[in-house]
Amino acid sequence: MAETSTTPQATPPEGETRRDFLLYATTAVGVAGTAMAVWPFIHSMNPAADTLAMSTTEVDISSIAEGQAVTVTWRGKPVFIRHRTAAEIEAAKATAVSELRDPETDDIRVKKPEWLIVVGICTHLGCVPLGQKPADPKGEFGGWFCPCHGSQYDTSGRIRKGPAPKNLAVPNYTFLTDTSIRIG
Amino acid sequence: MSGYKFDNKVVQWVDDRLPLFSVLKHSTTDYPTPRNLNYWWNFGSLALMVLVIMILTGIFLVMNYTPHTSMAFNSVERIMRDVNYGWLIRYLHANGASMFFIVVYIHIFRGLYYGSYKAPREMLWWLGLVIYLLMMATAFMGYVLPWGQMSFWGATVITNLFSAFPVVGDYIVTLLWGGFSVDNPTLNRFFSLHYLLPFLIFAVVFLHLVALHTVKSSNPLGIEMKGPQDAIPFHPYYTIKDLFGVGLFLIFFLSFVFFAPNFFGDPDNYIPANPLVTPAHIKPEWYYLPFYAILRSFTFDLPFLPAKLQGVLAMFSAIIILFFLPWIDSSKVRSAKFRPIFKQVFWIFVANALVLGYVGGQPPEGNLPMIGQISTAVYFLFFPFLFLLGKIEKPRALPQSISAAVLKDAAHSTEKA
Amino acid sequence: MRKFLLSTLAAGLLAAATPALANEGPEIEKQAWSWQGVFGQYDKAQLRRGWQVFHDICSNCHSMKLVAYRNLSYLGFSDDEVKDFAAEKQVTDGPNDQGDMFQRPARPSDHFVPPFPNDQAARVANNGALPPDLSLMAKARNGGPDYVYAILTGFDDTPPAGHVVPDGMYYNKAFGGGNIGMPPPISDDAVTYADGTKATKEQIAKDVVSFLNWTAEPELDQRKSLGIKVIGFLIVLTAMFYALKRKIWADLH
Repeated sequence: MAETSTTPQATPPEGETRRDFLLYATTAVGVAGTAMAVWPFIHSMNPAADTLAMSTTEVDISSIAEGQAVTVTWRGKPVFIRHRTAAEIEAAKATAVSELRDPETDDIRVKKPEWLIVVGICTHLGCVPLGQKPADPKGEFGGWFCPCHGSQYDTSGRIRKGPAPKNLAVPNYTFLTDTSIRIG
Repeated sequence: MSGYKFDNKVVQWVDDRLPLFSVLKHSTTDYPTPRNLNYWWNFGSLALMVLVIMILTGIFLVMNYTPHTSMAFNSVERIMRDVNYGWLIRYLHANGASMFFIVVYIHIFRGLYYGSYKAPREMLWWLGLVIYLLMMATAFMGYVLPWGQMSFWGATVITNLFSAFPVVGDYIVTLLWGGFSVDNPTLNRFFSLHYLLPFLIFAVVFLHLVALHTVKSSNPLGIEMKGPQDAIPFHPYYTIKDLFGVGLFLIFFLSFVFFAPNFFGDPDNYIPANPLVTPAHIKPEWYYLPFYAILRSFTFDLPFLPAKLQGVLAMFSAIIILFFLPWIDSSKVRSAKFRPIFKQVFWIFVANALVLGYVGGQPPEGNLPMIGQISTAVYFLFFPFLFLLGKIEKPRALPQSISAAVLKDAAHSTEKA
Repeated sequence: MRKFLLSTLAAGLLAAATPALANEGPEIEKQAWSWQGVFGQYDKAQLRRGWQVFHDICSNCHSMKLVAYRNLSYLGFSDDEVKDFAAEKQVTDGPNDQGDMFQRPARPSDHFVPPFPNDQAARVANNGALPPDLSLMAKARNGGPDYVYAILTGFDDTPPAGHVVPDGMYYNKAFGGGNIGMPPPISDDAVTYADGTKATKEQIAKDVVSFLNWTAEPELDQRKSLGIKVIGFLIVLTAMFYALKRKIWADLH
């Protein structure tokens, strides 16, 4: 059980600096190589090509009557499509922007005023707010009410009361025809 | 053990509570290793590196794999096509398996040549054999997971072997299958066990290293280290030599991954499993071929011992017998360097193993079955022959010590690599 | 050392010989492919021609379920061209709010729509034979793309004397046993190439086999170019390890 203590590094200074340089250079290249080897594993956890491709959903909105709302799935998330009544549109436009926690006019949140399309995820902690079905509570502002912590949204999907910091998100969407939209 | 004193206060604090740094120091900078190890001693560290690569790539593959017969094949193809760098992770894992066996076979044959299995290293040898058996089981189950034609039919043939055992055979097979044929229950349990076993391997590798550190490395001369003049510290000498070996190995390994990723594989496994269509030639992956040849060599039924059972017993015996090698080989001299007859016999054994491998990969036609039988006989005769050889062989004179031999070599040659 | 080298040579030769010896069928002639070798890459114009062949001829009987229409943009098609290719086919979707399944045009995110709804329907339309899915064909046969090329060009109207060709089969000298269920799919000018290339039978076979290799190995271009960088890097790093090893061991020798 020989315990050998050796200091093989006791060589003349020139040799020492040369070996040190080689040691540092090799270590640097080795570390760089390891970092480059790690990246593919991390990147493999980013969304795969087929996930990225499933990023649009088309919806036929012809059967949604005025005053009705429909929930569709887009990228795994609920999207509220509400066919707004004249009264709801009026209420949305009439709100003073200065009253809003997340100031946005109704105009910039819709393409056609009678169609409000928002992601149905409360911006507080992610619950799905109520208000899509006729019997659902809609809160004081006629929009949506989140049962988890009491956030209330108006007829433009904007946060009016409760802990949520931001308005309901408006996804990218296009009107393919007057009666069909593509989300995403 | 924690008698070490470190300059760094943080290091000392940790070490007083968990001797991480002491253990590290004890097993690297303070660990005596023979000064004359050659490159055949690199393969142990290479094997550990491949094990780590297999576990890492395996974990990332499982993030996208579905172990159900209706989705397994397609989930692997999704990894290949849609997952970022999925093709790389998959090819690393598939080719890594072949690399693992290449490295381990060289490591084992190094042990055979230099008598590393002899006292006091019997335990080290046994733990190594246990690792090898676990590797065989792991690789077998892993190959089933892509659920290609070879996955399915290889699983069917090998699990069917257990029906050779009298009385309990069929019950064993049904238990293995979880049904009446290889099907979804089989796939699922293979997936579970394939994930589990590598961690068992890791644990046995740890024991293997503890056993190694208890008796210290052998060396090409086969004579024990007698004092500090025979030894050098593992770090930095063998850490850097192992790193160099790693570099060479990675070039070899990655050449396959990037430029010939399907060299070791079978095209039939790119066809989804079909229980109604048997491929023309069912054969296992290359690392099983010698054992497959031994299995198929037994064609003659004996009373109470059908040929199928003979084949199965012979196949298992071929590995079990290796456990007894430290006692079968009666020579007191370890290294083939000083055993001229054993050296020749060793190379014949190696050539014979290659012949067995070749026969295992061919359809059993023409001369091949007979060649396989002769080779099987040669394989098993090796062991009684070794027993006799140890008693009658006259070995060459052993050097006084490792350092004596090293100094003598240095005097004879102007430069040593 | 010599014994070891001889042994490795033997092992290497056996390894090289085994694939060839395992192939019981006829000798397969090796072709030259643009994507062969360490520096090989796909010729995208060729892949586009191959896609046209698959689209016009093969896809009438063969499915290719592992490839999605969006993958075609790799070949150089624009997003609109890809959308149009997809929209040629109908896909069953649903149920809708009425509870019914319905047909809709395929989208780029859909996988290639198979010509038959299931294997049984495919057999009925093809004399009982099932035309195999072609997504992985270039990797799923011994000889790979060379074999597929040999099949496509191996048909012969006059089989050798004494060779029996059953009804509904065709003689093909590259196919094991000589009788294949597929009628000769290509001939001179079977397609008119969009890029004006002369469509000889050999050219068509070359192009569609290259396309099939891409469907089996879409990652090839990236795999080889990354491989060159990785091996080059490793050679440098290993050389540095060697130099460092010599330095550290210098005082022992």
